[in-house]
Amino acid sequence: MITLSVNGKQHQFDDDGDMPLLWALRDILKYTGTKYGCGKGLCGACTVHLDGQPIRSCVTPVSAVGQQNITTVEGLSAQGEHVVQQAWQRLNVPQCGYCQSGQIMSAVALLARNAQPSDQDIEQAMSGNICRCGTYQRIKAAIHHAADLATEIKGS
Amino acid sequence: MKYIENVSRRGFLKKLGISSSALVLGVQLPSMLTIPKALAAVTNTGQFAPNVYVQIGSDNIVSIVVHRSEMGQGIRTSIPMIVADELGADWQQIKVVQGLGDKKYGSQNTDGSRSVRRFYQPLREAGAAARMMLQQAAAQQWQVDVSETYAKNNTIVHKNTGQTIAFSALVARASQLAVPETASLVLKAKKDFNFIGKSNVALVDGKNIATGATTYGFDVELDNMQYAVIARPPVLGATVKSYNAQAAKAITGVIDVVQMPDLVEPAVFKPLGGVAVIAKNTWAAMQGRAALAIEWTDSVHSGYNSASYKIALAESCDKPAKIIRRKGDVGKALAEAKQVITSAYYVPELIHVPMEPPAAAAHFHDGVFDIWACTQTPQSAQATVAQITGVAPEQVNINVTLLGGGFGRKSKPDFIVEAALLSKQLQVPIRVMWSREDEIQNGYYHAVSYQKLVAGIDENNQVSAWQHHAAEPPIASTFSQGADLIGSEADLGLIDMPYDIANVSCGIGKAPAHTRIGWMRSVTNINHAFALCSFVDELANARGMDSKDNLIAMLGADRKIDLSQQQAQYGNYGESLAQFPIDTARMKAVIEKVATMANWQRKRAKGHGLGIAMHRSFVSYVACVVEVVEDSAGKIKVTDVWIAVDCGLAVNPERIRSQMEGAAIFGLSLAFYSELSAKDGAIEQSNFDNYQIARYADTPTTHVEIIDSDAPPGGVGEPGVPPIAPAITNAIFNATGKRYRELPLKQYGIV
Ligand code: FES
Ligand code: FES
Repeated sequence: MITLSVNGKQHQFDDDGDMPLLWALRDILKYTGTKYGCGKGLCGACTVHLDGQPIRSCVTPVSAVGQQNITTVEGLSAQGEHVVQQAWQRLNVPQCGYCQSGQIMSAVALLARNAQPSDQDIEQAMSGNICRCGTYQRIKAAIHHAADLATEIKGS
Repeated sequence: MKYIENVSRRGFLKKLGISSSALVLGVQLPSMLTIPKALAAVTNTGQFAPNVYVQIGSDNIVSIVVHRSEMGQGIRTSIPMIVADELGADWQQIKVVQGLGDKKYGSQNTDGSRSVRRFYQPLREAGAAARMMLQQAAAQQWQVDVSETYAKNNTIVHKNTGQTIAFSALVARASQLAVPETASLVLKAKKDFNFIGKSNVALVDGKNIATGATTYGFDVELDNMQYAVIARPPVLGATVKSYNAQAAKAITGVIDVVQMPDLVEPAVFKPLGGVAVIAKNTWAAMQGRAALAIEWTDSVHSGYNSASYKIALAESCDKPAKIIRRKGDVGKALAEAKQVITSAYYVPELIHVPMEPPAAAAHFHDGVFDIWACTQTPQSAQATVAQITGVAPEQVNINVTLLGGGFGRKSKPDFIVEAALLSKQLQVPIRVMWSREDEIQNGYYHAVSYQKLVAGIDENNQVSAWQHHAAEPPIASTFSQGADLIGSEADLGLIDMPYDIANVSCGIGKAPAHTRIGWMRSVTNINHAFALCSFVDELANARGMDSKDNLIAMLGADRKIDLSQQQAQYGNYGESLAQFPIDTARMKAVIEKVATMANWQRKRAKGHGLGIAMHRSFVSYVACVVEVVEDSAGKIKVTDVWIAVDCGLAVNPERIRSQMEGAAIFGLSLAFYSELSAKDGAIEQSNFDNYQIARYADTPTTHVEIIDSDAPPGGVGEPGVPPIAPAITNAIFNATGKRYRELPLKQYGIV
């Protein structure tokens, strides 16, 4: 039996410890905001945080999670109030939206360690996230916008 | 026939147990029956079903049914914008309801860039009829003339007194009124639009996407649902020789192993066959599948190899089986030409790779199928499931989830049939999921193509002859085994070449198919426009002309092109030429616009180049300019893309821009990276490492302008794609002097 902490909630997991965290989250614990896109660490759709670090849950076995806190897109703000979620909505970033949970989780992690990223910082930090619909330009703009929103909030 | 019907008046609401305090209006298209059978779903599952409906409840919420599939184009925002505008609705008080699949309600086939194009008018009429009935109800209540009222923010306002009454308070009275005849409907003037043409409407699903609360096909959860993955034949038509069911069943969590029926070609939308593994979760199912150790038979397609197939296509171009457009005498004009230019273009087989691979959940119970799927086409899903499982179509309910991208892949319901077959056989709810590898290796492919173009330039430096021969396996082969000549694909950028040339000949060569051929975002416009727009640029160079000036000059006088004079049968995307002509003036306008946007005439810095391309598709006009820069290592980067689009009246400009931005990336992906190859009948690529698409570092800045137009709305989802790849290669030529005629460019080491 493994205890998984997801968005601050404890879950008991008694299945195969080799199961990638992606399927444990989606199929067993029913956090379906985290998406499957490739299963090989190539697309970023499955990005979640372990203790704040972005990881590809499709290539991370449950047994490797240990005590670390898992954060999924549902754990940012159910009301969509996180600055990154706000920026995404204001700039109408998504097209189909399927890649966006992963994009948002990568963006949140980037902003946590770099409050005002440059275009190049964004390109680098986000390079593992694919968007087939081609929303990259808006995501870049939204990350800058989120950075500004966060500064405003801090300043006010 | 009346187009709009007051459903509540016909007593259906009562029969279906729906609150009679709701006003429900249905848009009925001609030749369709009127009973909204699927409306029953309102009470059963909380979902509406039919075509386009406006429902206003006692809570003053306006429910709008979207009957088309949302896959990123924004239709779940655009349809409500149209209805809400005519209705006078308050955007904060509308609810968007996804329609079930039902053929009684008109086409739901969400491809061909036609949701707004086909439904703009009926949707406006639905909104206007509801508004006029509410106005009439208010006028009765106030005992004033209806002309003294107007609708605003879910209320009817009395002009003279400023008195208002909520829609909800008028529902009972309005429900008793006759629906106005279509001819008597008063539609809003363009200047009065609140939503149509406005860019400030937030995406209906924006918040749910940002919080992970949306449901895609992959996310459907049913009680006691089991998870299935299927090992499908690597070669089309191969069948299972042997497999190890015991090994799969030994995996913890695996519940069952089921052999699927073998595919008998034509493939149509039938499942491909193979072996399904059913498990308690996806991971167990995938592990079980890996343990099957299947041996496959050979197939008639086992000899398909991309390298030799390319040679065969090139040869086929030299002996066209059919001439499909003929004007003047190309042979004579070429013989007399001062200069003859010949070029050949190759675009490989491609695949959709929507971020969400196909997935469908099916539950067969009590003789009924309840199905949830990320489908672009719930009606053909319904028909195909019914046909293959032997269940009546009325017993097949297709619920449309959000689609994590579609691009044409999800127009083919083979994956939905798989889920239905398994659920029926095992008598449990089943969700079938395709892995990325499945999606790439068992797809409905964009056809590989080879094209040869020849042009003559006469002593006056005019282009006097144009010959375009193409060979590519046809979509028809998926539906009729052995078909080897393209049909309506030729209407997508081949026979509709718009340049004013005295002698023209377009021909097609045979190309037998060895994979399922499907359609992918903008379809054969991709390869035809690549050849056409590249070749026109080559002619500019041969004539010693500026690329943009050459385009304008070659288009000739402003005119509406009639191809029927040239022995060509042109489908015009299913639209009449009277309403949607091939209009060279509109072509020139987008070219001029984009040239201004990109400051075309400027001097280009060393290593920088600009390329231009214009293409009409899905009755819309798109011109783009691409800027590239070559670095010291000879690598090319696209820095900017300028797009001018004339899609007629722009209903949702914000989503039009986002579709153009996406099209730039889609076009760049196939120009730079994407390529499938077959070896012994099997596709060699498998995932995003070897089937590459554009990423952040490749992303240019895309600038979009929409031509202001009152022409009827044209397509938006696809027309941005075709001109991108040729604009890129034209820009590379401008920057480096090198002309690339085969895609993708990664084979040349320049990207
Ligand atoms: S699904 Fe994990 S990186 Fe693609
Ligand atoms: S929004 Fe569709 S894949 Fe990114």
